[in-house]
Amino acid sequence: MRKTNNLILETAIKVLLFFIVLYSVYIFTAGHYYPGGGFIGGLMTAGAIVLLLITYDIKTVEELMPVNYRILTAIGLLFAIGTSAGSLLFDVPFLTHAFGDVHLPLLGELSLHTATLFDLGVYFVVVGVTMTIIQTIGEDE
Amino acid sequence: MSSLHLAILAPLVLSIFIPLFYRIFRHIHAGWFVLPIPIVLFVYFLTFLPETMRGRSLIEMINWIPSLGIKFTAKVDGLGLLFALLITGIGALVVLYSIYYLAKNKEKLNHFYVYLLLFMGAMLGVVLSDNLIVMYGFWELTSFSSFLLIGYWYERDKSRYGAQKSMLITVFGGLAMLGGIILLYIMTGTFSVTELISQANAILNNALFVPALVCILLGAFTKSAQFPFYIWLPDAMEAPTPVSAYLHSATMVKAGIYLVARFTPVFGEHFLWFLLVTSVGILTLVWGSIFAVKQTDLKAILAFSTVSQLGLIMSLLGAGAAALHYEFLDENIYTVAVTAAIFHLVNHATFKGSLFMAAGIIDHETGTRDIRKLGGLMHFMPITFTTSIIGAFSMAGLPPFNGFLSKEMFFTAMVHVTEMDLFNLNTWGILFPVLAWIASIFTFVYSMILVFKTFTGKYQPDKLDKTPHEAPMGLLISPVILVSLVIIFGFFPNLLSDSLISPAMASILPSLLGAGEEFMVHISFWHGPNIELFMTLGVIIFGIILFKTHSRWKRIYKAVPEKQALNRFYDSLIEGIQSVSYKLTKTYMNGSIRSYLVYIFAFFIVILAAILFGKNAFTFDTSNVSAIGVYEVALTILVVLGSICILFAKSRMTSIILLGAVGYTVSLFYVLFRAPDLALTQLVIETISVALFLVCFYHLPKLRRFETRMRFRLTNALISVGVGAVVTLIALSAHSNKLFPSISQYYVENTFTEAAGKNMVNVILVDFRGFDTLFEITVLAIASLGIYGMINLRLNRRKEE
Repeated sequence: MRKTNNLILETAIKVLLFFIVLYSVYIFTAGHYYPGGGFIGGLMTAGAIVLLLITYDIKTVEELMPVNYRILTAIGLLFAIGTSAGSLLFDVPFLTHAFGDVHLPLLGELSLHTATLFDLGVYFVVVGVTMTIIQTIGEDE
Repeated sequence: MSSLHLAILAPLVLSIFIPLFYRIFRHIHAGWFVLPIPIVLFVYFLTFLPETMRGRSLIEMINWIPSLGIKFTAKVDGLGLLFALLITGIGALVVLYSIYYLAKNKEKLNHFYVYLLLFMGAMLGVVLSDNLIVMYGFWELTSFSSFLLIGYWYERDKSRYGAQKSMLITVFGGLAMLGGIILLYIMTGTFSVTELISQANAILNNALFVPALVCILLGAFTKSAQFPFYIWLPDAMEAPTPVSAYLHSATMVKAGIYLVARFTPVFGEHFLWFLLVTSVGILTLVWGSIFAVKQTDLKAILAFSTVSQLGLIMSLLGAGAAALHYEFLDENIYTVAVTAAIFHLVNHATFKGSLFMAAGIIDHETGTRDIRKLGGLMHFMPITFTTSIIGAFSMAGLPPFNGFLSKEMFFTAMVHVTEMDLFNLNTWGILFPVLAWIASIFTFVYSMILVFKTFTGKYQPDKLDKTPHEAPMGLLISPVILVSLVIIFGFFPNLLSDSLISPAMASILPSLLGAGEEFMVHISFWHGPNIELFMTLGVIIFGIILFKTHSRWKRIYKAVPEKQALNRFYDSLIEGIQSVSYKLTKTYMNGSIRSYLVYIFAFFIVILAAILFGKNAFTFDTSNVSAIGVYEVALTILVVLGSICILFAKSRMTSIILLGAVGYTVSLFYVLFRAPDLALTQLVIETISVALFLVCFYHLPKLRRFETRMRFRLTNALISVGVGAVVTLIALSAHSNKLFPSISQYYVENTFTEAAGKNMVNVILVDFRGFDTLFEITVLAIASLGIYGMINLRLNRRKEE
């Protein structure tokens, strides 16, 4: 992508990026109770990276964040399949989720779900897939 | 989940770590990380021996999709255990051999061992699954992993050809088998083999019995390279030799044998089973042995020999099914066929495995496998020579090796076929022993060619690339172990009788055993001067004559075209399919995305509108419609306006932004209807897709001016109006026409109680319909890899130019 010279965007993005990613993580974790989840969270994170790509260029972003998005996709799939198959270890059908309340010091009551792990897989896959596509097409000049 | 399931899945799971180890420990051969897996599994499976010897079997079950009757049921019985031991035992030896065979700095070992482990796990799954759907999954995984292994040297044309051929033929058979499995399910309502066996009598009288039988046999015959499907096996020899030794002699090709053995209690009572299995087996035996003599490549001889030997085992299983027709165990002379089949199965794995490994050693040390170039290697490679000669003598059926014993039993079984009074066999049954005898003569001849052409005769150093010398110790360990088994089983055949053969027979012929009974298997080394012994003497005499005069009569093979009719048929079939589909594709794939959209939308309009009006399905009911507010009207006008603006946009940039605006407006609808999840998703997706469009923007040509042509604008207008009208009609009709109570109530009630979540959308995604999500993200991942591969391949090609 061609390098543009846009000082306002370049300055703003440094702060904005942090907030967008943080918000996407919040959206992801809140997913089971409030609007959100792995799919939207992943898309939002990808959106943040895309914003970075538009502001700078692909090479700079790659140096900044040397992530292999194809491997990220694979890790996501492993998470999803691992969580689904994990239920087999406890003699229950494939993809049965478990949940329970845990009391943690400092944090208090916390509800833990295996569904979150599955959703984390979705999150990774969405980020990985979106960024693989955008990066591949963007690099093709 | 039991330890048994873990054992089956262990190779699959551990294969994930091989590339990792390969990267981290570059200086260690990756095979060393793989080797412990089959060894540990082999020892683990040995612990089941005492159980199966007592005639018991172990069943462990995991619910996979219980609502569809799909359960991952692992069952260890005599037959399954025999195969599991073969897979892990031979597997360990092959891995050990491959460590020395494949150079660590030249080969892509990380690929190789992942494929090999995939294959091992799949094979264990096939032989230990009681549920047919699960077994079918593993079955196709063996086809798939063997495809990868055969095509391991994928830069060679022949490897790719062989891999494709084996894949197409075995997957065709696999699909036929799936059809058979479904037919069996329709008849009985179960996927469990154990339950099928208990309902065998009911199945026998069902109208679907014969189609199911044929379908299952198609699966078995393609996998076990029976006539006429054997053509893939010689081409599969393009794989590295350890693979040939493992897949194409000891394990994968025996999956078909396993299937026939496993289904004998279900189908065996029917005459058709005997007829198909025995005659196809005999035909394959004769055909393979005759064409093996013609080959000049060591591995090609072995490949045809494997085809022929598989036919032998197959015919024995068919003949053994005749035992089901007779009630009394003690006088039943047909059980000997089953004993011989199992015994020969083990023997074949030992001698053929060692012969393949020896062929690999010769290739490794001399640089060729062509027997016309080889000769006189005895002095250079004494150990390889010794293993080869023992292996080849066993294959030829010479005493005192194990092949002799199983071949004698094979003759016995074939002679018994003529005594069968069941299917008029007393008249034409004589064909079986005669064909068996002829095939054995040719087997003798090619076994002799294999060893004497290579190791004796004239040494021709000018034709060899390398100076031959004995292989390193590591390469020799595995064939030497196998050959010692050949000798041990030859001298002490009853070592296997009680431990492996009798329990396996109990699995194949369960209806013959009463409670607490077991098959008394006794294999005697010397069985007196009977007809079998004279047949063997005849084989040896005629075999020696044919071998000595081999160079003179070999010319008759010239009459056979280089490429046999079957192979030509396969090639022309593939070419025909390709050219027809190419022509077909050419007619509609003209490279313009506009045309594709026209087809898609036109199809959509025609089909849906035709059904809507043809079935008189359109209903319009206003009683249940909610009021339309000001916001909705305003947003609708916005969407319509935006869409119309796109039509008149002169630059691509404007159309993309307008499209984005329409998308954002739609997401406002979701906000209005209180669906924040959808609104959020839509917003983010719009943002990303606009960004993606901008990225692509550089590569697209300037917007071309089609618009001036009247016909063009007319089709566009027709299609867009048509799509809009049909969608509107369907939406109205769907709203007014509620055939079923809405499912949303179920989710409203159960979201919190079942999944402890408050966000229904998310709970549906990750829990209630998690399987959908799992596959969707898999599809997404594959699509992204596709895009990556497509664009990078083009980049690389451009760089090369």
